Amino acid sequence: MRIQQISVFLENKTGRLAEVTRLISGAGVNIRALSIADTAEFGILRLIVDRPADAAEALAKGGFTTRMTDVLAIEIPDQPGSLAKVMEIFKDTGVNIEYLYASLEKDCATAVVIFKVEDLELGIKIATQHKLSTVECL
Amino acid sequence: MIWNPQYECQGAEERRLLQLARLKNLVETLYSRVPFYKAKLDSAGVHPRDVKSLADIAKLPFTVKDDLRETYPYGLLACPQAEIEEVHMSSGTTGVPVVDAYTRFDIECWEEGMARTLSGAGATRHDTVQVAYGYGLFTGGLGAHYGAKRVGATVIPMSSGNTPKQLMVMRDFGTTVIACTPSYALFLAEEAKESGLDPKSLKLRAGCFGAEPWSENMRKQIEAAWGIDAYDIYGLTEITGPGVAFECECKDGMHVSEDLFYPEIIDPESGRPLPDGEKGELVFTTLVKEGTPLLRYRTRDVTFITRGTCACGRTTAKIHRLFGRTDDMLIIRGVNVFPSQIEHALIEIEGTDPNYLIVLDRGESHLDEVELQVEVKKELFTDETRSLESLRNKIEAVMKSKLGIQLKVKLVEPKTIERSIGKAKRVIDRRKI
Repeated sequence: MRIQQISVFLENKTGRLAEVTRLISGAGVNIRALSIADTAEFGILRLIVDRPADAAEALAKGGFTTRMTDVLAIEIPDQPGSLAKVMEIFKDTGVNIEYLYASLEKDCATAVVIFKVEDLELGIKIATQHKLSTVECL
Repeated sequence: MIWNPQYECQGAEERRLLQLARLKNLVETLYSRVPFYKAKLDSAGVHPRDVKSLADIAKLPFTVKDDLRETYPYGLLACPQAEIEEVHMSSGTTGVPVVDAYTRFDIECWEEGMARTLSGAGATRHDTVQVAYGYGLFTGGLGAHYGAKRVGATVIPMSSGNTPKQLMVMRDFGTTVIACTPSYALFLAEEAKESGLDPKSLKLRAGCFGAEPWSENMRKQIEAAWGIDAYDIYGLTEITGPGVAFECECKDGMHVSEDLFYPEIIDPESGRPLPDGEKGELVFTTLVKEGTPLLRYRTRDVTFITRGTCACGRTTAKIHRLFGRTDDMLIIRGVNVFPSQIEHALIEIEGTDPNYLIVLDRGESHLDEVELQVEVKKELFTDETRSLESLRNKIEAVMKSKLGIQLKVKLVEPKTIERSIGKAKRVIDRRKI
């Protein structure tokens, strides 16, 4: 249902992503999904990992500013119209989406979409009511 | 052109007698009228009657910027407030302004100093003087304005900014003398060329440039770009504003109006007076000021003094182009800024840990560009780009209102700003002045 996402503040300069992934790999943590929001001067890297607390600790030790955010992860069939259906439900029920990104696996018939919604409790309630397949961990 | 040969070309002995008489009078006035100075003199163990020669000035206590801040707004007034005709101020280290209050006589002396300054640049009643220093609390604009009126020139009170209009007025009214910061003079020349106007085709022939540090190299650039003579001028709000010292046609040091302002050079560490020709901190005593006279005010500017009769005929002491400062004050686009002011402003912005770095540069525009790097600490970090962008905009807006300068904020990762042992490095100045 709700899942922990780690956000990392990054300056737009060479090698910062390499440093993040190096620290995470050093902690033996596996990255399951990621997305970057960027502006002209800085970016925010959003990560879903198998052990968020360990990843956050490793990043903090490496000098990065991080923040944990709860997001909604929904599993949908990997076929045309599935995301549209979820979006339609959210639209009709007033679940405002701040951003989203998807995680796909090649040998799997489903995709996981990560939703950052304005009101997480409402999002969870609506997802449950409409029998959407929420994911506890990735 | 010498505006006032009586004082500017006075014999050395005659000048010393005049200075001594004025110094004695000043110390007596301060002792009897300004409780702050009475206390200062008493605790230094000196009495007005101890001033018997000019050398005795070394016994008198210094005045520092903090003294002015602590006595804000009117604590240093040496005359009834009703006598004050005008007030100016500039920023202090913590945002408490430093005040200069002028009586009618003080304004006249200011006009006199600026009339000498403009005359040093060859200005007469036949000239049109465009004042592109800021008008308002800043002394640059009105100081140049009063001086230009005093020499009888036509004054155009443009104030700073509005570059296209500056150029239009300069062309249409045939401006012959401009008063602005040297970096703005270079910027104006670039903008003129950009707009298809050849700076050399204009009637401009001289400029009085001050309010910020510049160099011989910049002088060459300005003179070449405009086809004019560029003169260095010196002043500070505390003493009177512009008009304290200025260059003559020799462009070899700035003549101090010694009948009005008594200059000394001291060792900034020990406070001991240094001989002529030796580099140290410039100290001024206002010899005739009525509103807010100052005793041995430490300017924090570093220079040296030379004496003798100049080729121009003036006999007044000259101070060399400034070498720098003994404190951390920055002059950004003519505005005095202390890193501590930036720090205080950052602390006020909720949750901002003041880990910052000021990077100064002069881009192609020739104007000072300021980047303020602020580390994004955990407390400031949200998951959204828009809230970080609004934080950045907020810092920029607060700095604009508190410091009066437009700077660009760059949010950086923690610990990217170099930590040094002891005092953190807060400023990187890449300006090639």
